[in-house]
Amino acid sequence: MSLYYVQKLLYQLNREPDLQQQYLEDPDSVLRHYRLDEEELATLKKPDIGMLYIMGVNGQLLMHYAALCGYAWPDYIQAMRTALEQHGNVRAGLYATTDGKGAI
Amino acid sequence: MSLVFAGVCSHAPGITGRKVMARADDVETLYTAMNNMRLALEASRPDALIIITAEHFANFFMDNMPAFCVGMAQDYQGPIEDPQWLGIERQNIPGNPDLSRRLIEHTMQEVDLAYAEEWKCDHGIMVPLHFLTPRYDLPIIPVNINCQGPPLTPLHRAWTLGEALRKACDAVPERIAIVGTGGISHWPATPDSGKINAPWDRDFLDRWSNNDRERLLDYSDERTYLEAGQGGFEIRTYIAVSGATAGTPATVHYYRPIPIFAVGCTVGIVDLPEAA
Repeated sequence: MSLYYVQKLLYQLNREPDLQQQYLEDPDSVLRHYRLDEEELATLKKPDIGMLYIMGVNGQLLMHYAALCGYAWPDYIQAMRTALEQHGNVRAGLYATTDGKGAI
Repeated sequence: MSLVFAGVCSHAPGITGRKVMARADDVETLYTAMNNMRLALEASRPDALIIITAEHFANFFMDNMPAFCVGMAQDYQGPIEDPQWLGIERQNIPGNPDLSRRLIEHTMQEVDLAYAEEWKCDHGIMVPLHFLTPRYDLPIIPVNINCQGPPLTPLHRAWTLGEALRKACDAVPERIAIVGTGGISHWPATPDSGKINAPWDRDFLDRWSNNDRERLLDYSDERTYLEAGQGGFEIRTYIAVSGATAGTPATVHYYRPIPIFAVGCTVGIVDLPEAA
Protein backbone atom coordinates (compact mmCIF):
# COMPACT_ATOMS: atom_id res chain seq x y z
CA MET A 1 0.00 0.00 0.00
CA SER A 2 1.30 3.43 -0.89
CA LEU A 3 -1.62 5.70 -0.22
CA TYR A 4 0.78 8.61 -0.08
CA TYR A 5 1.72 8.16 -3.75
CA VAL A 6 -1.85 7.55 -4.88
CA GLN A 7 -2.75 10.87 -3.32
CA LYS A 8 0.36 12.57 -4.69
CA LEU A 9 -0.62 11.47 -8.19
CA LEU A 10 -4.11 12.92 -7.76
CA TYR A 11 -2.70 16.12 -6.23
CA GLN A 12 -0.46 16.66 -9.24
CA LEU A 13 -3.17 15.68 -11.72
CA ASN A 14 -5.62 18.09 -10.14
CA ARG A 15 -3.37 21.10 -10.55
CA GLU A 16 -1.70 20.38 -13.91
CA PRO A 17 -4.00 20.46 -16.98
CA ASP A 18 -1.18 19.24 -19.24
CA LEU A 19 -0.60 16.24 -16.99
CA GLN A 20 -4.35 15.53 -17.02
CA GLN A 21 -4.29 15.44 -20.80
CA GLN A 22 -1.29 13.12 -20.83
CA TYR A 23 -2.94 10.88 -18.26
CA LEU A 24 -6.17 10.63 -20.25
CA GLU A 25 -4.25 9.77 -23.44
CA ASP A 26 -1.61 7.46 -21.96
CA PRO A 27 -2.08 6.71 -18.26
CA ASP A 28 0.90 4.36 -18.02
CA SER A 29 3.26 7.15 -19.05
CA VAL A 30 2.19 9.05 -15.93
CA LEU A 31 1.64 6.18 -13.50
CA ARG A 32 5.15 4.79 -13.92
CA HIS A 33 6.54 7.79 -12.04
CA TYR A 34 4.74 6.82 -8.82
CA ARG A 35 5.43 3.98 -6.38
CA LEU A 36 2.11 2.18 -6.67
CA ASP A 37 1.24 -1.44 -6.00
CA GLU A 38 -0.83 -3.64 -8.32
CA GLU A 39 -4.12 -3.00 -6.52
CA GLU A 40 -3.59 0.75 -6.66
CA LEU A 41 -2.66 0.70 -10.34
CA ALA A 42 -5.70 -1.39 -11.24
CA THR A 43 -8.03 0.74 -9.13
CA LEU A 44 -6.78 3.98 -10.65
CA LYS A 45 -6.95 2.71 -14.21
CA LYS A 46 -10.41 1.16 -13.96
CA PRO A 47 -11.20 3.76 -12.47
CA ASP A 48 -12.89 2.48 -9.31
CA ILE A 49 -13.71 5.70 -7.50
CA GLY A 50 -15.48 3.90 -4.65
CA MET A 51 -12.45 1.69 -4.01
CA LEU A 52 -10.11 4.68 -4.01
CA TYR A 53 -12.33 6.14 -1.29
CA ILE A 54 -12.11 2.90 0.70
CA MET A 55 -8.31 2.95 0.36
CA GLY A 56 -8.34 6.29 2.17
CA VAL A 57 -7.88 8.86 -0.57
CA ASN A 58 -8.75 12.30 0.78
CA GLY A 59 -12.10 13.41 -0.61
CA GLN A 60 -10.70 16.81 -1.55
CA LEU A 61 -8.43 15.01 -4.00
CA LEU A 62 -10.80 12.26 -4.99
CA MET A 63 -13.77 14.42 -5.97
CA HIS A 64 -11.67 16.13 -8.65
CA TYR A 65 -10.28 12.85 -9.96
CA ALA A 66 -13.86 11.57 -10.15
CA ALA A 67 -14.86 14.65 -12.14
CA LEU A 68 -11.86 14.13 -14.43
CA CYS A 69 -13.08 10.57 -15.00
CA GLY A 70 -16.53 11.84 -15.95
CA TYR A 71 -18.44 11.34 -12.72
CA ALA A 72 -21.32 13.74 -12.05
CA TRP A 73 -21.63 14.76 -8.39
CA PRO A 74 -24.49 12.35 -7.46
CA ASP A 75 -22.64 9.49 -9.18
CA TYR A 76 -19.48 10.29 -7.20
CA ILE A 77 -21.38 10.18 -3.90
CA GLN A 78 -23.16 6.97 -4.92
CA ALA A 79 -19.88 5.30 -5.91
CA MET A 80 -18.57 5.82 -2.38
CA ARG A 81 -21.78 4.57 -0.78
CA THR A 82 -21.80 1.45 -2.94
CA ALA A 83 -18.18 0.76 -2.07
CA LEU A 84 -18.93 1.14 1.63
CA GLU A 85 -21.60 -1.57 1.33
CA GLN A 86 -19.22 -3.85 -0.54
CA HIS A 87 -15.98 -3.32 1.36
CA GLY A 88 -16.78 -1.82 4.76
CA ASN A 89 -15.39 1.44 6.05
CA VAL A 90 -12.40 3.41 4.88
CA ARG A 91 -9.04 1.86 5.67
CA ALA A 92 -7.03 4.99 6.46
CA GLY A 93 -7.07 8.74 6.61
CA LEU A 94 -9.48 11.44 7.63
CA TYR A 95 -12.26 10.85 5.17
CA ALA A 96 -13.92 7.82 6.72
CA THR A 97 -17.67 7.98 6.84
CA THR A 98 -19.44 8.48 10.12
CA ASP A 99 -22.80 7.07 9.08
CA GLY A 100 -22.99 7.37 5.30
CA LYS A 101 -26.24 9.25 5.58
CA GLY A 102 -25.54 12.56 3.98
CA ALA A 103 -28.35 14.40 2.28
CA ILE A 104 -27.31 14.07 -1.35
CA MET B 1 -3.53 52.43 8.24
CA SER B 2 -4.96 49.22 9.55
CA LEU B 3 -7.78 46.84 8.98
CA VAL B 4 -10.69 48.55 7.28
CA PHE B 5 -12.79 45.39 6.91
CA ALA B 6 -12.87 41.92 8.41
CA GLY B 7 -15.26 39.08 7.85
CA VAL B 8 -15.82 35.40 7.20
CA CYS B 9 -17.76 33.42 4.64
CA SER B 10 -18.26 29.91 3.34
CA HIS B 11 -16.31 28.65 0.35
CA ALA B 12 -17.93 25.32 -0.48
CA PRO B 13 -17.62 24.53 -4.21
CA GLY B 14 -21.28 23.57 -4.44
CA ILE B 15 -22.25 27.20 -3.81
CA THR B 16 -21.31 27.99 -7.38
CA GLY B 17 -20.92 24.53 -8.91
CA ARG B 18 -24.24 23.03 -7.84
CA LYS B 19 -26.33 26.18 -7.91
CA VAL B 20 -28.85 24.68 -10.33
CA MET B 21 -29.47 21.75 -7.94
CA ALA B 22 -30.38 24.01 -5.00
CA ARG B 23 -33.71 25.44 -3.87
CA ALA B 24 -34.31 28.87 -5.37
CA ASP B 25 -34.83 30.47 -1.96
CA ASP B 26 -31.53 29.11 -0.66
CA VAL B 27 -29.68 30.49 -3.66
CA GLU B 28 -31.40 33.85 -3.54
CA THR B 29 -30.86 34.48 0.17
CA LEU B 30 -27.25 33.30 0.22
CA TYR B 31 -26.30 35.17 -2.93
CA THR B 32 -27.95 38.31 -1.53
CA ALA B 33 -25.97 37.94 1.70
CA MET B 34 -22.73 37.52 -0.24
CA ASN B 35 -23.60 40.54 -2.37
CA ASN B 36 -24.21 42.58 0.77
CA MET B 37 -20.82 41.48 2.05
CA ARG B 38 -19.31 42.71 -1.21
CA LEU B 39 -20.99 46.10 -0.77
CA ALA B 40 -19.62 46.39 2.77
CA LEU B 41 -16.16 45.40 1.57
CA GLU B 42 -16.26 47.96 -1.25
CA ALA B 43 -17.50 50.68 1.13
CA SER B 44 -14.36 50.17 3.21
CA ARG B 45 -12.24 51.16 0.16
CA PRO B 46 -9.51 48.55 0.67
CA ASP B 47 -6.22 48.62 -1.20
CA ALA B 48 -5.79 44.87 -0.79
CA LEU B 49 -7.60 41.82 0.53
CA ILE B 50 -5.93 39.26 2.76
CA ILE B 51 -7.89 36.07 2.17
CA ILE B 52 -7.26 33.41 4.80
CA THR B 53 -8.16 30.04 3.44
CA ALA B 54 -7.99 26.36 4.20
CA GLU B 55 -6.83 25.11 0.84
CA HIS B 56 -7.46 21.61 -0.41
CA PHE B 57 -4.16 20.49 -1.95
CA ALA B 58 -3.96 23.23 -4.56
CA ASN B 59 -0.38 24.19 -3.65
CA PHE B 60 0.62 22.17 -0.65
CA PHE B 61 0.88 18.43 -0.15
CA MET B 62 2.30 16.14 2.50
CA ASP B 63 5.73 16.31 0.86
CA ASN B 64 6.23 19.81 2.29
CA MET B 65 3.21 21.02 4.24
CA PRO B 66 3.51 24.42 5.92
CA ALA B 67 1.49 25.31 9.00
CA PHE B 68 1.10 28.78 7.48
CA CYS B 69 1.93 30.16 4.06
CA VAL B 70 1.46 33.68 2.67
CA GLY B 71 1.42 34.55 -1.00
CA MET B 72 3.99 37.02 -2.33
CA ALA B 73 3.24 36.84 -6.03
CA GLN B 74 2.58 39.38 -8.76
CA ASP B 75 -0.58 37.49 -9.61
CA TYR B 76 -2.45 34.32 -8.80
CA GLN B 77 -4.29 31.84 -10.98
CA GLY B 78 -7.45 29.89 -10.39
CA PRO B 79 -9.53 27.91 -10.11
CA ILE B 80 -7.50 24.73 -10.36
CA GLU B 81 -10.79 22.88 -10.54
CA ASP B 82 -12.56 22.32 -13.84
CA PRO B 83 -14.31 25.66 -14.49
CA GLN B 84 -17.52 23.94 -15.51
CA TRP B 85 -17.48 21.80 -12.37
CA LEU B 86 -16.98 24.83 -10.14
CA GLY B 87 -19.05 27.28 -12.15
CA ILE B 88 -16.22 29.83 -12.19
CA GLU B 89 -14.08 30.65 -15.22
CA ARG B 90 -10.28 30.65 -14.96
CA GLN B 91 -8.98 34.01 -13.81
CA ASN B 92 -5.74 35.87 -13.30
CA ILE B 93 -6.01 37.66 -9.96
CA PRO B 94 -3.71 40.57 -9.15
CA GLY B 95 -1.35 40.43 -6.20
CA ASN B 96 0.90 43.03 -4.61
CA PRO B 97 4.30 41.45 -3.92
CA ASP B 98 5.69 44.58 -2.29
CA LEU B 99 2.85 44.78 0.20
CA SER B 100 2.97 41.01 0.73
CA ARG B 101 6.66 41.21 1.53
CA ARG B 102 6.20 44.01 4.08
CA LEU B 103 3.32 42.19 5.76
CA ILE B 104 5.29 38.94 5.82
CA GLU B 105 8.33 40.65 7.33
CA HIS B 106 6.21 42.12 10.11
CA THR B 107 4.24 38.94 10.73
CA MET B 108 7.42 36.86 10.86
CA GLN B 109 8.47 38.74 13.96
CA GLU B 110 5.95 36.63 15.85
CA VAL B 111 4.97 33.67 13.66
CA ASP B 112 7.12 31.45 11.46
CA LEU B 113 5.72 31.66 7.94
CA ALA B 114 6.35 30.01 4.63
CA TYR B 115 5.87 32.29 1.64
CA ALA B 116 5.14 31.54 -2.00
CA GLU B 117 5.73 33.48 -5.20
CA GLU B 118 3.53 31.01 -7.07
CA TRP B 119 0.05 30.15 -5.95
CA LYS B 120 -2.87 28.40 -7.58
CA CYS B 121 -6.27 29.14 -6.09
CA ASP B 122 -8.87 26.46 -5.45
CA HIS B 123 -12.49 26.93 -4.43
CA GLY B 124 -11.37 28.08 -0.99
CA ILE B 125 -10.39 31.39 -2.55
CA MET B 126 -12.28 31.40 -5.84
CA VAL B 127 -15.81 30.97 -4.48
CA PRO B 128 -15.48 33.95 -2.08
CA LEU B 129 -13.79 36.11 -4.74
CA HIS B 130 -16.54 35.23 -7.24
CA PHE B 131 -18.90 37.16 -5.00
CA LEU B 132 -16.67 39.68 -3.22
CA THR B 133 -14.49 40.91 -6.10
CA PRO B 134 -16.36 39.71 -9.19
CA ARG B 135 -14.16 41.80 -11.51
CA TYR B 136 -11.02 40.36 -9.87
CA ASP B 137 -9.58 43.85 -9.67
CA LEU B 138 -8.62 44.03 -5.98
CA PRO B 139 -5.12 42.76 -5.21
CA ILE B 140 -5.21 39.76 -2.92
CA ILE B 141 -2.75 38.31 -0.45
CA PRO B 142 -3.62 34.65 0.06
CA VAL B 143 -2.87 33.08 3.43
CA ASN B 144 -3.18 29.36 4.00
CA ILE B 145 -3.60 27.51 7.27
CA ASN B 146 -3.09 23.75 7.19
CA CYS B 147 -6.54 22.31 7.87
CA GLN B 148 -6.10 19.24 5.63
CA GLY B 149 -2.99 17.19 6.36
CA PRO B 150 -2.48 16.17 10.01
CA PRO B 151 -0.82 17.19 12.16
CA LEU B 152 -2.90 20.32 11.67
CA THR B 153 -2.00 23.82 12.74
CA PRO B 154 -3.03 24.22 16.42
CA LEU B 155 -6.00 26.52 17.01
CA HIS B 156 -4.11 28.85 19.31
CA ARG B 157 -1.49 29.33 16.60
CA ALA B 158 -4.23 30.33 14.16
CA TRP B 159 -5.29 32.98 16.67
CA THR B 160 -1.66 34.11 17.04
CA LEU B 161 -1.32 34.32 13.26
CA GLY B 162 -4.33 36.63 13.21
CA GLU B 163 -2.87 38.83 15.92
CA ALA B 164 0.46 39.04 14.10
CA LEU B 165 -1.25 39.85 10.79
CA ARG B 166 -3.14 42.64 12.53
CA LYS B 167 0.05 44.16 13.86
CA ALA B 168 1.51 43.93 10.37
CA CYS B 169 -1.53 45.69 8.91
CA ASP B 170 -1.19 48.42 11.54
CA ALA B 171 2.40 48.98 10.42
CA VAL B 172 1.76 49.60 6.70
CA PRO B 173 0.04 52.61 5.13
CA GLU B 174 -2.37 50.62 2.93
CA ARG B 175 -6.02 50.00 3.78
CA ILE B 176 -6.34 46.27 4.33
CA ALA B 177 -9.38 44.00 4.31
CA ILE B 178 -9.23 40.48 5.69
CA VAL B 179 -11.63 37.62 5.03
CA GLY B 180 -11.50 34.10 6.44
CA THR B 181 -13.16 31.38 4.39
CA GLY B 182 -14.38 27.88 5.12
CA GLY B 183 -16.26 25.83 7.66
CA ILE B 184 -18.21 25.38 9.59
CA SER B 185 -19.36 21.79 10.31
CA HIS B 186 -19.39 19.68 7.18
CA TRP B 187 -18.35 16.32 5.77
CA PRO B 188 -17.31 17.42 2.30
CA ALA B 189 -16.67 15.04 -0.57
CA THR B 190 -17.68 12.00 1.48
CA PRO B 191 -20.80 9.83 1.50
CA ASP B 192 -21.90 12.07 4.38
CA SER B 193 -21.84 15.15 2.15
CA GLY B 194 -24.83 17.28 3.01
CA LYS B 195 -24.79 16.42 6.70
CA ILE B 196 -24.60 19.61 8.75
CA ASN B 197 -24.51 19.98 12.54
CA ALA B 198 -26.45 23.22 12.79
CA PRO B 199 -26.47 23.41 16.64
CA TRP B 200 -22.68 23.00 16.62
CA ASP B 201 -22.40 25.71 13.98
CA ARG B 202 -24.61 28.11 15.89
CA ASP B 203 -22.65 27.56 19.08
CA PHE B 204 -19.40 28.19 17.21
CA LEU B 205 -20.80 31.35 15.62
CA ASP B 206 -21.86 32.58 19.07
CA ARG B 207 -18.25 32.20 20.21
CA TRP B 208 -17.01 33.85 16.99
CA SER B 209 -19.38 36.80 17.09
CA ASN B 210 -18.44 37.47 20.72
CA ASN B 211 -14.73 37.25 19.88
CA ASP B 212 -14.51 34.86 22.81
CA ARG B 213 -10.90 33.66 22.61
CA GLU B 214 -11.19 31.13 25.42
CA ARG B 215 -14.25 29.43 23.95
CA LEU B 216 -12.98 29.65 20.36
CA LEU B 217 -9.86 27.74 21.33
CA ASP B 218 -11.76 25.21 23.44
CA TYR B 219 -11.98 22.53 20.76
CA SER B 220 -9.93 19.40 20.21
CA ASP B 221 -9.47 18.01 16.71
CA GLU B 222 -10.80 14.67 17.92
CA ARG B 223 -14.04 16.24 19.12
CA THR B 224 -14.36 18.47 16.05
CA TYR B 225 -13.92 15.45 13.77
CA LEU B 226 -16.71 13.58 15.50
CA GLU B 227 -19.11 16.50 15.87
CA ALA B 228 -18.32 18.71 12.88
CA GLY B 229 -16.58 16.48 10.34
CA GLN B 230 -13.41 16.98 8.36
CA GLY B 231 -14.65 20.38 7.25
CA GLY B 232 -14.90 21.47 10.86
CA PHE B 233 -11.13 21.77 10.95
CA GLU B 234 -11.53 24.91 8.85
CA ILE B 235 -12.64 26.88 11.92
CA ARG B 236 -8.97 27.90 12.00
CA THR B 237 -9.61 30.53 9.34
CA TYR B 238 -12.43 32.10 11.38
CA ILE B 239 -10.27 31.98 14.49
CA ALA B 240 -7.45 33.79 12.69
CA VAL B 241 -9.88 36.58 11.77
CA SER B 242 -10.91 36.74 15.42
CA GLY B 243 -7.27 37.01 16.42
CA ALA B 244 -6.84 39.86 13.95
CA THR B 245 -9.80 41.66 15.49
CA ALA B 246 -9.28 40.71 19.13
CA GLY B 247 -11.68 42.49 21.45
CA THR B 248 -14.14 43.43 18.71
CA PRO B 249 -17.51 41.68 18.36
CA ALA B 250 -18.89 40.57 15.02
CA THR B 251 -22.29 40.07 13.45
CA VAL B 252 -23.46 36.93 11.71
CA HIS B 253 -25.49 38.28 8.80
CA TYR B 254 -26.42 34.92 7.32
CA TYR B 255 -26.46 31.33 8.43
CA ARG B 256 -28.49 28.62 6.77
CA PRO B 257 -27.77 24.90 6.39
CA ILE B 258 -27.96 24.13 2.66
CA PRO B 259 -27.31 20.40 2.20
CA ILE B 260 -26.75 20.49 -1.57
CA PHE B 261 -23.96 22.99 -0.89
CA ALA B 262 -22.68 20.57 1.80
CA VAL B 263 -22.35 23.26 4.48
CA GLY B 264 -24.17 25.68 6.73
CA CYS B 265 -23.65 28.73 4.57
CA THR B 266 -22.33 31.65 6.57
CA VAL B 267 -21.61 35.34 6.16
CA GLY B 268 -20.17 37.26 9.10
CA ILE B 269 -18.68 40.73 9.40
CA VAL B 270 -16.62 42.06 12.29
CA ASP B 271 -18.03 45.27 13.73
CA LEU B 272 -14.89 47.33 13.22
CA PRO B 273 -15.13 51.06 13.87
CA GLU B 274 -15.42 52.88 10.57
CA ALA B 275 -12.01 53.90 9.26
CA ALA B 276 -11.44 57.46 8.04
